[in-house]
Amino acid sequence: MSELLLRAIFSENLALAYFLGMCTFLAVSRNFETALGLGLAVIAVETITVPINNLLFTWVLADGALAWTGLEDVDLSFLTLIASIGVIAATVQILEMVLDRFFPALYRALGIFLPLITVNCAILGASLFMVERHYDFSESVVYGFGSGLGWALAIWALAALRERVDESLVPKGLRGLGLAFILTGLMSMGFAIFSDLQIG
Amino acid sequence: MSQQNQPLIEPIVAANPVTLHVLGICSALAVTTSMSTALVMSAALIFVLTFSNAIISLIRHHIPKSIRLIVQITIIASLVIVVDQILQAYLFDMSKRLSVFVGLIVTNCIVLGRAEAFAMKNKPGSSLLDGIGNGLGYAWILLLIGGVRELFSAGTLMGFSILPLLEDGGWFTPLQVMALPPSAFFLLAMLVWAVRSLRPEQQENVSTIENEEGAP
Amino acid sequence: MNNFNPLKFWHSFLAMPNANPVKTIGVAFLVALVCSFMVSFTAVTLKPLQDANRLGESVASLTDMLDVLGVGIPEPRLVELSSGAYAKRDPGTQVELLPDQDLAGLGKIETVSTVYELSEGGRIKLVILPVRGAGYKSTLKGYLALKEDLNTIAALTFHQQDETPGMGARIMEKPWQALWAGKQAADENGVIRIEVVKGASEGVHEVDGISGATRTGSGVGDLVQFWLGPQGYGPYLARLKAEGVR
Repeated sequence: MSELLLRAIFSENLALAYFLGMCTFLAVSRNFETALGLGLAVIAVETITVPINNLLFTWVLADGALAWTGLEDVDLSFLTLIASIGVIAATVQILEMVLDRFFPALYRALGIFLPLITVNCAILGASLFMVERHYDFSESVVYGFGSGLGWALAIWALAALRERVDESLVPKGLRGLGLAFILTGLMSMGFAIFSDLQIG
Repeated sequence: MSQQNQPLIEPIVAANPVTLHVLGICSALAVTTSMSTALVMSAALIFVLTFSNAIISLIRHHIPKSIRLIVQITIIASLVIVVDQILQAYLFDMSKRLSVFVGLIVTNCIVLGRAEAFAMKNKPGSSLLDGIGNGLGYAWILLLIGGVRELFSAGTLMGFSILPLLEDGGWFTPLQVMALPPSAFFLLAMLVWAVRSLRPEQQENVSTIENEEGAP
Repeated sequence: MNNFNPLKFWHSFLAMPNANPVKTIGVAFLVALVCSFMVSFTAVTLKPLQDANRLGESVASLTDMLDVLGVGIPEPRLVELSSGAYAKRDPGTQVELLPDQDLAGLGKIETVSTVYELSEGGRIKLVILPVRGAGYKSTLKGYLALKEDLNTIAALTFHQQDETPGMGARIMEKPWQALWAGKQAADENGVIRIEVVKGASEGVHEVDGISGATRTGSGVGDLVQFWLGPQGYGPYLARLKAEGVR
């Protein structure tokens, strides 16, 4: 479990090893405060949606999963994609409403990022990887949290770096986007170093 | 003529979705370890983008604003599933190598971005061209990066040997780093640098960056 | 009386303002209907082809292995793993593995598995065993072939993995797989010793690892050990050895 967690955070970091959620990653990393909010929102949504999608896949969509209803030969796994998107969109909506009603302060901080998250590949990617790698329920909780945290760490680090680097003198063509790519590449190398990390 | 073809030509370099708008690179980099995966991924994206643009443009007057996004996502997701199923049936090896990344076309910002920004406001014909044009703009970048990475990490292009490897009696020692994720970021940075040096109007002015709202 | 005109109804539906709830629900329903037809149609029509592909990939890897070894067509047999006896049919059931038994990281394992035997004049010449197990970040699936002494490895191939390209994924490459040929699985005392080591290997129980892919390599070693052990094909191999000439 702890190994899965570390792998999800570092060596298999969704942003740095699988390039997921890059659009948002690059667009929102210009300012540290916004990056902080978005990172927290991603952690929350990942931790909720990956386990929900896991339950949905295990009990409804997988080949033979509907055996408990008496339909043993039904294979709905081709619906995984659309069902995952549905779950994510619904979770984001519900989370938005719950935060707005009960935690208005948190809602003001995270609210504007939640809609962005529906179309973030990192969220969908985590659910699809969960299905592809056959994680069970407890593993999917760990994986959801770990991959969210990994993504958040990456965007926080990049945002902090970019705030500094934007002031420095670099060739005109590299300013902004180009430099962000180079920084991300360097971070990606750094995170990959953890790939042989073992516990116990 | 040139006016009519503008949606097709413009996104290829001048308004390229990847280098200028920072759209769609989520998937663009992960599948560029070889040229053949980049090629299939591009073809899949062009298919989805073209048809989603055309279909959404066709029914644009009848999409209620309140369910706009969900209708667009449903159409895109259905097209993606169709492509994924076709790949699994006819190009099985390839679909395994592309793993979840075909599915991730659903959240590819180019597709949803073009649906929202172009197809909702324009006629089906030009939306179709806009889809193809943006798809091609995405494709050439993918193919270029995929080609460079495959050439230097394995000495091959599309699986054909170009640089004879040391272990096969040639002279070329493969660069392992090219097969790993960081190389894709560096290559894309170089590419952005090159495009923006040739077209200075795309350069970012640092002082305005802070205020600019980013891509979706 | 019956003046309901579908075409007219359609036009009046289209003419409704988009904000009208009836139209919103109608459009949502129609989009969902058309899309679900499209998706189900492709999924159902292409399913046979996809299933054939999935089957074909392991068959192709098996025939490749036979070509390399230059042997004929083996006979598939069903084997009950716990007893090692031949089974009449595959009940498709699975049993849970305890953590200390689960060297290959599988969690669950089938009760009956298909093995391939090649005999000549009543004597077994070669057995091919399907094996699988956890690598560094994916499940590795392949075939392990044992020579007639049921201890010397004839070949090991893989046909499914999702390891790091250029590193762990190199277990798919022929030169690395060729390192396994001729290695001994167990020592004189029957203890299974075969493993993948870091750096250069020594002796008949060790195979060179792939640089940069220590974890994938040890995964491969573990899965071979597991499937030759008591939870895997151990009882079956022991029975064949005990029976000797057949």
